[in-house]
Amino acid sequence: MPNKSGQAHFVAELEDTPVAPIDRLDESQKARSTWADAWDSMRRRPMFWISSVLILIIALVALFPGLFTSVSPNLDCQLANSNGGPEAGHPFGFTRQGCDVYARTIFGTRASVTVGLLATGLVTLMGVILGSLAGYYGGWLDAIVSRVGDIFFAIPTILGAIVLMSVLPAATPTSVAFVLSIFAWPQIARIMRGAVLSATNSDYVMASTALGVSKFRILLRHVIPNSIAPVIVIATVSLGTFIVAESTLSFLGIGLPTSVMSWGNDISQAQTSLVTNPQVLLYPAAALSITVLAFLMLGDILRDALDPKARALR
Amino acid sequence: MLWYTGRRVLQMIPVFFGATFLIYFMVFSLPGDPIAALYGDRPPAPGVIEQIRAQYNLDKPLLQQYLIYIGNFFQGDLGTTYSGRPVSDVMAGAFPITFRLAMLALVFEAFAGILVGLVAGLRKGKWFDASALVVSLLLISVPTFVLGFLFRLIFGVQLGWFRTTVSSEAPWGELILPALVLASVSFAYIVRLTRASVADNLNADFVRTATAKGLSRRRVVTVHVLRNSLVPVVTFLGVDLGSLMVGAIITEGIFNINGVGGTVYKAIVLGESTTVVSFIAVMVVIFVLANLLVDLLYAALDPRIRYAK
Amino acid sequence: MSQTLTDTNPGGVESDEQPLLQIRNLEVGFQTQRGLVPAVRGVDITLYSGQTLAIVGESGSGKTTTAQAIIDLLPGAGKITGGQVLFEGRDLTKLSPKDIQAVRGNLIGYVPQDPMSNLNPVWNIGFQVEEAIKANGLAQGKEARARTIQVLQEAGLSDAADRLKQYPHQFSGGMRQRVLIGIGLSARPKLLIADEPTSALDVTVQRQILDHLGTLTRDYGTSVLFITHDLGLAAERAEQLVVMYKGKIVESGPSQEILANPQHPYTQRLVSAAPSLASRRIQSAKHASVGDSGIYGGGSLDDTLVARAAERESLAPVKDLISIDNISKVYRIRKKGLRSEELKAVDGVTFGIQKGTTTALVGESGSGKSTVAKLVLQLESITSGSIEFDGQDVAGLKGKELLKFRRRVQPVFQDPYGSLDPQYSVGNTIAEPLLAHGVGTAKERQERVKELLDQVSLPWSSRFRYPSELSGGQRQRIAIARALALKPDVLVLDEAVSALDVLVQGQVLNLLTELQTELGLTYLFITHDLAVVRLVADNVCVMQKGRIVEAASTDDVFDNPQQAYTQELLAAIPGGNFQFGR
Repeated sequence: MPNKSGQAHFVAELEDTPVAPIDRLDESQKARSTWADAWDSMRRRPMFWISSVLILIIALVALFPGLFTSVSPNLDCQLANSNGGPEAGHPFGFTRQGCDVYARTIFGTRASVTVGLLATGLVTLMGVILGSLAGYYGGWLDAIVSRVGDIFFAIPTILGAIVLMSVLPAATPTSVAFVLSIFAWPQIARIMRGAVLSATNSDYVMASTALGVSKFRILLRHVIPNSIAPVIVIATVSLGTFIVAESTLSFLGIGLPTSVMSWGNDISQAQTSLVTNPQVLLYPAAALSITVLAFLMLGDILRDALDPKARALR
Repeated sequence: MLWYTGRRVLQMIPVFFGATFLIYFMVFSLPGDPIAALYGDRPPAPGVIEQIRAQYNLDKPLLQQYLIYIGNFFQGDLGTTYSGRPVSDVMAGAFPITFRLAMLALVFEAFAGILVGLVAGLRKGKWFDASALVVSLLLISVPTFVLGFLFRLIFGVQLGWFRTTVSSEAPWGELILPALVLASVSFAYIVRLTRASVADNLNADFVRTATAKGLSRRRVVTVHVLRNSLVPVVTFLGVDLGSLMVGAIITEGIFNINGVGGTVYKAIVLGESTTVVSFIAVMVVIFVLANLLVDLLYAALDPRIRYAK
Repeated sequence: MSQTLTDTNPGGVESDEQPLLQIRNLEVGFQTQRGLVPAVRGVDITLYSGQTLAIVGESGSGKTTTAQAIIDLLPGAGKITGGQVLFEGRDLTKLSPKDIQAVRGNLIGYVPQDPMSNLNPVWNIGFQVEEAIKANGLAQGKEARARTIQVLQEAGLSDAADRLKQYPHQFSGGMRQRVLIGIGLSARPKLLIADEPTSALDVTVQRQILDHLGTLTRDYGTSVLFITHDLGLAAERAEQLVVMYKGKIVESGPSQEILANPQHPYTQRLVSAAPSLASRRIQSAKHASVGDSGIYGGGSLDDTLVARAAERESLAPVKDLISIDNISKVYRIRKKGLRSEELKAVDGVTFGIQKGTTTALVGESGSGKSTVAKLVLQLESITSGSIEFDGQDVAGLKGKELLKFRRRVQPVFQDPYGSLDPQYSVGNTIAEPLLAHGVGTAKERQERVKELLDQVSLPWSSRFRYPSELSGGQRQRIAIARALALKPDVLVLDEAVSALDVLVQGQVLNLLTELQTELGLTYLFITHDLAVVRLVADNVCVMQKGRIVEAASTDDVFDNPQQAYTQELLAAIPGGNFQFGR
């Protein structure tokens, strides 16, 4: 059969299409682990630096509130200043009791952040341990953890916390964190269990088993490091949501007692003078929202950086 | 589907009993005198203690107490409020109002959330997407009660567009502002979820195949991208019902609505724990049942679930 | 400039037939963070009405991108940056979205690669076919439904009418691919683009589907643009061949001519490495004294056969290193309701492997071959029967004894992307078995890692790298190095080369052969690919539905297959019947 036009045997010039050795390792690129890879993608995003700097500042304020204001949040209150507007040395004005709003916002940081941090730590610890044991060992252990988790999951966190807080005497940041984590752990446990389950069924775990690596060592060295990424993301985001939860409980009057300074309490007390003096509400609320926002943004960035699908596209 | 439904109902039973028992357990077997704890700082009237002991069968073992409680629950006795009114009576009056509020909020968050999320997902990286992301982040980071105060202050007090408190009949029109507040956080989550899901599905192989068939862009987006993206949104709606309930307590409190949430709000603030616990037990039961419904809806949307063995 | 070897139109006299599809100097790039990365560079393709043309290339060669660019199906980041795509004289790259939409389906059909992900899981099959028919204005209403059934029946789903309401997950891979072919051909397009339409399927299913596709397109007079990585397949199915490499065409023209006389070094490599075209076992260079110089050399077939026979005779009295006696594995599968069903994954399998030889276990998906591998590796327990290794019953080994067994029998798994922990560096991965068995000091272990990397021809510097930075072939070499770390006697290779590009596959097979000679290893080689078997195995066991249907020496199986199933498998090897003048 004669060749039709444009279909003759064509061979490209060799200079134009040089043939490379088969499958040779490209040594020009620097070696990088998945975590180094994630770090690399994170540090290129301005959002990462914004949220990190915010979190750093919040941490400093929570640890050393005295560095940021010389005014005492409760000793310098003078009724003469009640609902007063901003003035020199008191940029946010005064509360109804004549306390400095700026000082109260600064000193309220610690309680709110403590609850968020503690609850996140507890929930992550419980979720990771229970989730990985359930997912990895399966069987009756999995059945028990999953069913108990289902039961706790059926009680929405704040509803459960309302019940517990309304029967518990005098709350502290620690007890509020405990109560919140009692109802919030199943979420992380479920995510961890799913991730562990898929890691356990992966070929590298089978390979390690066949190589003679012990079961527990595989869990510690292979399964957990490969399952932890989604938990880190959720934990970062939930730090923010726990702070909101604490403020909601305080707003309802069953969170931290009014003697403990927290954003939730200040917002709750601002209700009464809201129409005449909105700044009493706005400043602590803004501080709270900025904190939550910082952790939300960090969570988003971590998700993008740790997501294998997103990584494959890079 | 029938088999799936049956299995889900069976799975729900232990969760139902477990969750109600948990609440019962928390309230009645914590250290300290449960009755004193129930009443907080206000000592109950004389005679009330005995009445309550008898009412809650506190002299019997915990499990038996619980069984009596749950038996009453099934017979329609949902407990008693602080003032002695049956919870079921209060419910009958308050539930329709809360239901209207919740429906408004649900319609708003679902429709607006999916729509905004869809457009953002289709234009990933463009300005609409960026602003939708920023707005959703802001809405999530502002607590509902702060947003409630702000909305009431701005739209109610300063602009005067809405009434700042809702009258006892709570007509639809007066519920719009509270519903917006109630829906805000969930709206933001739905935007984010839909956006991520749409952007994901846009890259799916079956979407490319659908395009290759010669379908119009509009059909590809609605029939293939959107339909598939709804599956995770529906699952989210079930879990989110819990936040909606908490949100209802707060918004109804702020806007002074005489619904279930408002009743619970008042009870919490006044320290009337009996009322709080009884209502929350009922809410948890509703939550469990609603999640069953959502699971069935999920199966209806995704045949792989429906036919799973 | 490029050279044209056999121009049948000297003097540039053009035949007056207009090409159906003419791609001119096509350039496609992908927008990434590092700027525009070219994926297709200056591609020219000419296809006439009624012809079948195959684009052949390894992964990343730009073959799929070229195909997708024709009807604007490029993923979001992809963009045509130059050139023309003339279809019946019309430049498709210049069309408005609405106009290209009219071309898709109607004039140019598309059959995608992976049947598992290309049907929407939430819509039933009937709906997905019918919407294609309606969108192309072929029929509406009741008529569309009738047409749907017709289209599916033509694609080979005889019970189409009863299955319209079923969902994709209720169909097997082969059935889904038939549905996709039905959709692609539903509007009787003038051109069908088939992107690796059968790569995910078993060979026998692949053959049926390709035969059917061939018949249909011949009947309708449809031109086919066929994308494949398999040279044998391309040669068998297409009269025109385009070989792509790194985004460029390196050679194109009539299939017969290119395979008979490959000119470009890359094409030559491809032709010589294609397992479907090869005929003999790879012998390592160090083994040359036995009388063979490898498949790429010119050693005569007779020499090889004589030598292999002599070798087998000399080995004959040796006791089997592994002897597998009547093993079965039964799984309980939960069915609807409370019932459960027994699934016999492995059903009375018996065979033995002599020291220093390779036994291949061949079968299609679901044949139980991988289960046998897991049983031999003691990753799952056998239901009945016995496995003896070096005279010792290995079933129920525990603790120290099991560890000892694991030291001597090591695995290499199929998926080079899945079998290495993504968070472990290469050095740690290879050292892991040494550490687990407490072998040597840190320094000695490092020495061993160095030695192993050397054995699999990877540089010492690669120990700091992570799996995501390596190619599939490199990862598989790491997996082999890890398996060799404890100086085992036996390697169980479960589809160890199946996921690799053909050239890389050849390289890994060569490496395995060399290692076998050098270290006296025994291989259990599990694969679905009979073509590869001929390159590496001494003995073959063919499995079907959990049983061994035929077991013999490799030459016997290939030259004189006894069972119908084995014959069918052999006949299905693409390119097996193609005559190559090398």
